[in-house]
Amino acid sequence: MREVAVIGVGMSKWGELWHQPLRDLACEAVLKALAQTKVDKVESIHVGCMTGGLFAGQEHLASVVADYLGFAGVPASRSESACASGGVAFKAAYAEVAAGICDVALVVGMEKMTDVGGDEATYALGTAADQEYECYNGATFPGLYGMMAVRHMHEFGTTRRQLSQVAVKNHANGLLNPEAQYHAKITFDEVESSALVADPLRLLDCSPITDGAAALVLCPLSTASKLGKKAGVKVLGLGHATDTIALHSRKDLCRLAAVETAAARAYKMAGVGPKDISLAEVHDCFTIAEIMVTEALGFAELGEGGKLVASGATAMGGRIPVNTSGGLKSKGHPVGATGVAQLVELVTQLRGEAGARQVKKPRVGLAQNMGGTGGSSIVSILGVA
Amino acid sequence: MVGICGYGAYIPRTRIKVEEIAKVWGTDAGSYKRGLMLEEKSVPSPDQDTITMSVEAARKAVRRAGIDPALIGAVYVGSESHPYAVKPSGTVLAEALGSTPECHTSDFEFACKAGTEAMFVASQLVKAGSVRYAMGVGADTSQGAPGDALEYSAASGAAAYLFSAEKERVVAELLDTYAYMTDTPDFWRREHMFYPRHGGRFTGEQAYFRHILAASKGMMAKAKLKPADFAYVVFHQPNGKFPLRAGKMLGFTDKQIGTGWLVNKLGNTYSGASPLGLTAVLDEAGAGDLILVVSFGSGAGSDGFVFRATKRLKSVQGLAERTRDMLDHNKRYVDYGTYLKYRKMIIMNE
Amino acid sequence: MQPQRYWREIPQRYRLEAGRCKRCGKVFMPVRGICDSCRSTEFEPVRLADRGKVHTYTAIRVPPAGFVAQTPYVLAVVELEDGVRLTMQVADCGPDEVRVGLPVRVEFRKINEVGKSGVICYGYKAVPA
Repeated sequence: MREVAVIGVGMSKWGELWHQPLRDLACEAVLKALAQTKVDKVESIHVGCMTGGLFAGQEHLASVVADYLGFAGVPASRSESACASGGVAFKAAYAEVAAGICDVALVVGMEKMTDVGGDEATYALGTAADQEYECYNGATFPGLYGMMAVRHMHEFGTTRRQLSQVAVKNHANGLLNPEAQYHAKITFDEVESSALVADPLRLLDCSPITDGAAALVLCPLSTASKLGKKAGVKVLGLGHATDTIALHSRKDLCRLAAVETAAARAYKMAGVGPKDISLAEVHDCFTIAEIMVTEALGFAELGEGGKLVASGATAMGGRIPVNTSGGLKSKGHPVGATGVAQLVELVTQLRGEAGARQVKKPRVGLAQNMGGTGGSSIVSILGVA
Repeated sequence: MVGICGYGAYIPRTRIKVEEIAKVWGTDAGSYKRGLMLEEKSVPSPDQDTITMSVEAARKAVRRAGIDPALIGAVYVGSESHPYAVKPSGTVLAEALGSTPECHTSDFEFACKAGTEAMFVASQLVKAGSVRYAMGVGADTSQGAPGDALEYSAASGAAAYLFSAEKERVVAELLDTYAYMTDTPDFWRREHMFYPRHGGRFTGEQAYFRHILAASKGMMAKAKLKPADFAYVVFHQPNGKFPLRAGKMLGFTDKQIGTGWLVNKLGNTYSGASPLGLTAVLDEAGAGDLILVVSFGSGAGSDGFVFRATKRLKSVQGLAERTRDMLDHNKRYVDYGTYLKYRKMIIMNE
Repeated sequence: MQPQRYWREIPQRYRLEAGRCKRCGKVFMPVRGICDSCRSTEFEPVRLADRGKVHTYTAIRVPPAGFVAQTPYVLAVVELEDGVRLTMQVADCGPDEVRVGLPVRVEFRKINEVGKSGVICYGYKAVPA
């Protein structure tokens, strides 16, 4: 297996992109990513998108993307793992490059979410849960995470204030990220007085609906200095795992087994542990998710994730800054793009190009992307080459 | 011997008080309460309909009977609020009970008499030896037009009866039946119309009383019984007053009527009304007690039944929730706005 | 929802029919082809208990299409007496009345309707016992 480097990263504008159709979303991100390299042609394209069909009526996205990038003819495929689609697309591209199947691969994560109404979006996202045994009975994603939160609060005494802390922290970080969808400082009071969505989760506990794309250019580490223009960042480790599709099928509703397993695999491959991580981008689709994910990644003991965020350890300047980009909460969550955008943030930080939100001399960054209620997760560890 | 081997009731938990409806229409709640002898009525939740209530009532009947539901050879549901215009309620019920596929199923409709029709046919099939067990259910999520007097009374509930010819299983022997029908347009609902219409005061003497009285007299004459022979009597109860007055005219005491008289707290459950009165009686009756049941359905007609409780009845009463417990406990009162939402009377976007 | 998709789940939804692994006894709702504990492929039908308690819950305030009339509604993971957990609504129960450990029983309820002219979808819900 060859070592793999990320030589180009880019993000489109994220937000409610009323003028922009699905077909154009990838272009802006890819052009930015390619501009960081000396590459003008790629050998393979991997698209991560959860459901172009339900959100925009368009499937066969790999070909759509190749065509509108002017790369028709290049082999392209699309990965789907709900909100972990972007991370999984990255894994597919990584595997191709590592195995020597291709020498320059492009990863594109994308989602166009604002072409449907609110209840249709709720439905489309809901398809990541067990359709017949969760959604049939009226489950929604805020509802499923709300149930995880209630159980976490019941078992460990996690508090409303600790949930709020995640939102307050990530919005504070997003304020420093020019590419974030929401640039707004929010207070505890604002979180705790925002509209209830699914008890105990309120509007400001939830990540937003976002249109957007993110892109990466991958090549073997051996050719990175020739093909890239910037300081090299390499892939140290990658772990991927699944769990039951229905939340109720899990023995322990407070544990994210897929995240635990994916993390263990990634740590092992990278030869590092939680203490070696300089910063992490994690899947805070809801505030409770960040708390549970930090536990599953080993940043805190099981049940201690609320205390971890309350301690400030995961804030900017803390022991292990989490979601310096603003996370899904503030940066936005175009579901298929999220896993790719997390890696964009890691590369930007590891290069020392994160500006106002730059973590001091990071060596190793971790990204954790998750599908559904944790039915899938992918953990990637990048390091300074 | 043919008779009831299991019975069950279901009353939704939601209620609305007469005052809450009167407030909206500017009417005098007190006069309605006195005139109808009615204080409140049951309301189905948005997730309840004739089918769901039938299933719950029927499951209680099966529990009391202690039989294998696969052996139920006929399932009949009587209602004027079948959720589908075309597609039987009975197939859902039979499937939910586990009685399919070897089961004859049909839906009945005869205004408020559809429930006793289902019981009538179920019991006669068992009597004829066609099936081993047969289920007859009366259930309704009754409609009354907003602002109409019926709005104060149109209620929801279900009662289910399982019939058997196995002597050791029977809890109330069916001694005899009687039916009295005429064509009387006192109350109706045309196809595709949302609310029923009625003939106002014409529904009283010429409809309810004429049929109830004639059927009661005919039933007693056929069975060679007189009012004093009965421990309990159940009449159709569209409001509080009518059954009490009918009882008095026939020579029954308030005590005979009282046990099965649920209407003041329940409202008129249409096809469920007299069947629910009977479940309340069966919850109390003892061995040897004679029970007269006379239904009434607009259009119009009455079915009469004479039952005699057996020794076994006492042993099954406690096997499922009693009617009065459902009527008196766990109530959830709603305001008129919520009532409209529950009854789908608010115009919504598709 | 097309009727065939609704129809094929009827045994589970109407009668709580699940499958028990013939080798190790693990119960699956719905029944599946392979036991995740022992890899056996043989199952026998079993009916789940109709009583249990709330393991965790939420109250849905922003519903998906088709659930507007019931909103807000309580949704829970209910642990049935036989140990099987299922996601279901808790009907006749306000958001302020539900709690972890609340005893419930299962009732037959309408889950959803496909518009004004589509199939009516029934199934199980919990109610406070």
